[in-house]
Amino acid sequence: MKKASNTRRRELTDLTMRLVSGAASLIGIFFLVWILWTVAKNGLAAFNYDFFTALPTPPGIEGGGLANAIVGTLLITAMAALIGVPLGLFTGVYLAEFGKNTRFGGMVRFTINITMGIPSIIVGLFVYTLLVLPFKHFSAYAGAVSLAIIMLPVVARTTEDMLGLVPNALRESALAIGMPRWRAIVSILFRSARSGLLTGILLAVARVSGETAPLLFTAMNSPYWMKGLAEPTANLTVTIFNYAMSPFDDWKTLAWGASLLIMVTVLGVNLFARTLLREKTR
Amino acid sequence: MSRFGSYLSEHFETIFRWFTIVCAATVLFIMAAMFIQLAWNARLAIGEFGIGFLWSDVWDPALNKYGAFSSIYGTLVSTLIALFIAVPMSVVIALFLVELAHPTVSKVVGGAIELLAAIPSIIYGMWGLFVFAPFMAEKVQPFLQETLGLEKAPLIGKFFSGAPMGIGMLTTGIILALMVLPFITAVMRDVFAMVPPVVKESAYGMGSTTWEVTHKVTLRYGIQGVIGACFLGLGRALGETMAVTFVIGNAHHISASFFDAGNSIASTLANEFAEASEPIYLHSLIYLGLVLLVMTFLIQFAAQWWVRRLKKGMGAGL
Repeated sequence: MKKASNTRRRELTDLTMRLVSGAASLIGIFFLVWILWTVAKNGLAAFNYDFFTALPTPPGIEGGGLANAIVGTLLITAMAALIGVPLGLFTGVYLAEFGKNTRFGGMVRFTINITMGIPSIIVGLFVYTLLVLPFKHFSAYAGAVSLAIIMLPVVARTTEDMLGLVPNALRESALAIGMPRWRAIVSILFRSARSGLLTGILLAVARVSGETAPLLFTAMNSPYWMKGLAEPTANLTVTIFNYAMSPFDDWKTLAWGASLLIMVTVLGVNLFARTLLREKTR
Repeated sequence: MSRFGSYLSEHFETIFRWFTIVCAATVLFIMAAMFIQLAWNARLAIGEFGIGFLWSDVWDPALNKYGAFSSIYGTLVSTLIALFIAVPMSVVIALFLVELAHPTVSKVVGGAIELLAAIPSIIYGMWGLFVFAPFMAEKVQPFLQETLGLEKAPLIGKFFSGAPMGIGMLTTGIILALMVLPFITAVMRDVFAMVPPVVKESAYGMGSTTWEVTHKVTLRYGIQGVIGACFLGLGRALGETMAVTFVIGNAHHISASFFDAGNSIASTLANEFAEASEPIYLHSLIYLGLVLLVMTFLIQFAAQWWVRRLKKGMGAGL
């Protein structure tokens, strides 16, 4: 009699935990949908022709857009990729090809993993002390450097992993026909790991294009078109922060529009990169 | 061809190799430079307040007296609330994904959870400030205080006292939990998948239920991986900036209530940097950044060391 009730209690616990685990997954999805829906609803209301083509207006004046911030974000992200991708790529090459089992390689790998966990605001602060304080002005290039530092470890890690997946036979055959190693890496290994490398780069770009904290102290923000790389530069994420905290309703609307634009871009690139990888592994 | 050209083609192999080494060394250089730069640019504050900065709770720009304690307190409390929610949740979500759900369902749900990690921090901030905080103030906090009667509960009552304003520690903790959930869940999934089927099957063969296998076999077997996952989540939550800045309330005071406004190291930096006109104010903020850098560095270091030891011990891909 006691035994039977014990079994029932155990089965009941099991059933409860099954329900709880299903419910927890549903809660996760619920929040995802809630966030996406909120941003889509409020953001779409902000989209119009002016949003993409006009400069922001001073408070109190209706209308205005974020054209300068859109251009600024594209430019800063592109510059960051120009610096961060080659550095990360060749760091990955070193880790996978030359320094696989060396002490120095192990040290670099360890540091890369740690760097991935350093908060982005600290990277921004670091670049501020490096490129803003000595020159006494905020700049687009300081913003780009801070984003590049965030990209570097992500690109390096995926490059190492992807080159690690290339079968050794390919390396050996390239060297056997007399290719120097650099040639084998550039023409054979890169080509064979192409979609994996591209995925890593895309994910890194997606990640930094939504970053705000590192830009606060480096690129800052500006209500004007940029005239050069050595001045404060408008960008979408810092604009969201400034406008959301402002008391003006039309600025808040613009902030929602910018949020939707950033979200669609980041999630779009993310999903694209993932399907790319899935096709590759299949 | 010039002499330089022929030199280049002859030695390109060596040049290429050294080029990759220089790229790899940049990472080490950046890491070292980060500590040096922050420490140097915080020198006024380090000289003025010394190590006592860590436990002084005065933050008064008018008197130029600065202490990090309220920021450190807020960082730790919001992170702990986040882990308190995210760790158990990711255990059961991983259980659902690996053991219970149909593979197709598991793929879709798993993908959705991963997508939570792709949403930029500032989007969480916008949603948190304009949608979630009002929801907390109108629905959740009154529910916790009155319907569940937590405000008058012994011992934990003071955590739930105060006016339900929406913004504050609890809201911040919940949003942080959502943000670290995908990272912890990913590691938990690996832990669940890592357990050899024969071990699980033996437990099933003895008549265990799924939940019993999970918490008595899988979690015990993968306990080290679970701890590693907690470390990773901890590191992420500590330095989260934008979402926290939007909803924590940015007040330099320490309160036992989770409903009260507070601040974290990252939110103080994001919020007050533009106002720092005095050199000592700026140096104090950078000192605060240095404290956060050291905290996350130590946690990441411990986590990496732990995961590495684990990999060596098990030879499994974690």
